[in-house]
Amino acid sequence: MKQEGADKGRRRFLTGAATVVGGTGAAFVAVPFLSYWQPSARTKAAGAPIETNVSKLEPGQLITISWRGKPIWVFRRTKDELDKLPKLNGRLRDPQSKVASQQPPYAANATRSIRPEVGVLIGICTHLGCIPLYKPEVGSVDADWPGGFFCPCHGSKYDLAGRVFTGVPAPMNLEVPPYWFPSENVVTIGEHKEGSA
Amino acid sequence: MSDGAKTSGLRGWIDDRFPMTKMWEEHVARYYAPKNFNFWYFFGSLALLVLVNQIVSGIWLTMNYTPDSDLAFSSVQYIMRDVQWGWLIRYMHSTGASAFFIVVYLHMFRALLYGSYKKPRELIWIFGMLIYLVLMAEAFMGYLLPWGQMSYWGAQVITSLFGAIPGIGHDLMIWIRGDYNISGVTLNRFFALHVAALPLVLVFLVVAHILALHEVGSNNPDGVDIKKNKDANGIPKDGIPFHPYYTVKDLMGAVVFMIFFAGVVFFAPTFHDLFLEAPNFQPADPLQTPAHIAPVWYFTPFYSILRSVPNKLGGVMAMGSAIFLLFLLPWIDRGKVRSHRYRGRLYKVALALLIIVFAILGYLGTIPPTATVAGVIQNKSLAQICSVLYFSYFIFLFIYTAFGLERTKPVPERVTSK
Repeated sequence: MKQEGADKGRRRFLTGAATVVGGTGAAFVAVPFLSYWQPSARTKAAGAPIETNVSKLEPGQLITISWRGKPIWVFRRTKDELDKLPKLNGRLRDPQSKVASQQPPYAANATRSIRPEVGVLIGICTHLGCIPLYKPEVGSVDADWPGGFFCPCHGSKYDLAGRVFTGVPAPMNLEVPPYWFPSENVVTIGEHKEGSA
Repeated sequence: MSDGAKTSGLRGWIDDRFPMTKMWEEHVARYYAPKNFNFWYFFGSLALLVLVNQIVSGIWLTMNYTPDSDLAFSSVQYIMRDVQWGWLIRYMHSTGASAFFIVVYLHMFRALLYGSYKKPRELIWIFGMLIYLVLMAEAFMGYLLPWGQMSYWGAQVITSLFGAIPGIGHDLMIWIRGDYNISGVTLNRFFALHVAALPLVLVFLVVAHILALHEVGSNNPDGVDIKKNKDANGIPKDGIPFHPYYTVKDLMGAVVFMIFFAGVVFFAPTFHDLFLEAPNFQPADPLQTPAHIAPVWYFTPFYSILRSVPNKLGGVMAMGSAIFLLFLLPWIDRGKVRSHRYRGRLYKVALALLIIVFAILGYLGTIPPTATVAGVIQNKSLAQICSVLYFSYFIFLFIYTAFGLERTKPVPERVTSK
């Protein structure tokens, strides 16, 4: 095609200017379109902290409550179970709770809890999101099963502090949600104690 | 009207304003396809037929389906029980999903048999693989919509895969779900993607797939380039016009296919738990995982590869590369001969092994990871062996062809026929 008399410099400038201005606009408008997918204000509000009473919780008993649509386990460990936890360290991937994302600092201890006997965990397998089964009885999963949580989907195993065993697909310990005890018998799940963490 | 002659009447009026006759001739009446197409060449047009079935039955389903976590399950039951012929439309859609994968897998197998992914058809193969990828996303999101137990937990497991990505994984997972866990928010967006966004992409890709095919011409069971031998009019000597030769052949194939399809829809819509899984007849319960989670059959080969690696990120990467390697097939296979008919014996053995391994992986993905297969070997161990064999195919193929180890037979000048 003949382009005699065409002002190529002017064309280049117009193309360049339109590309820069349009491209900037497109980049900015990508933000609302992507942020639209984030949890909405209502979704976030539905994730507000919840309270539950632990005074009726017997040793060896586990209750499941829902927070942010996730199952939260609150359970009371027996004396035997607590004594056994340190002996398992050699069979675990992260016995000292070194992965910071999996628990608040106040739960990065031997029992991964504020009170040794009361465990609070998010009951979602860190592998692919199934709910593991509570199997506290010794030998109930395999011969040397010390008691803990067993995920039926892909066979991941956790001890009674939610610490993951080695040789299973789950990469990390079960997550400990933020929680605190506003009184002797009540636990609040979903927020840290003020001034902590 | 031949050779660009003017058409007249209403047709002429349209042709002056829209390239109707031109398009018909270019893509159907004067599209010359090799005359030796066999059974394996039915599945492209059948895939198109199933796509139409999915679009039409899908639109009908949206008229009574409610994408709300409180109402979705009961709205599907409403379609099944109360809506006139609702059960039929829904079973056409659910059976169509599985039928889609059956014909697509056979269509892909055809490409492997006759080297249809090789030069100059690499882009046809890439578009085809993208169609396969979008189809998987479409099927996965569609499976969440009935909001049954398997819907919920399948979505939970698959979205958790993104959580394996280091650094951004956790935030990405929440962004995809729109909630801290799979919820009604997720259901609503999957509905939008399933009924609007992905079908549009799918149709666009199908058009690109066919345009690319018609640009370079169809391959054939001999892998012979028919454009090398043309007659005085420039028409390939081994070519026959798609219409009426292959339109009639495909019509026959479509009818036989629809007889089988109707058989499944009417007599075995769940297909022994394979097309619709039993736990999906229970409403979704975020606090209760079913005893055994398995994806629908068409995902199970890759699911098996995922499970065989005892490491989350490793498993996700193995599964991802199992699919990604297929994209690279045109460049992994350096062999010059297309059709298995004239390729080395080891190639045929390897291809047969790949299909067997893929089928075994598919079976293993449907049973629990701890199960024992045939009383001898643990699922996990067998899946590991099969996964290694799956990847070995690509490594073998590259070494076999790139270093000239393949002993091929002479390829004929013209296509052969019995």
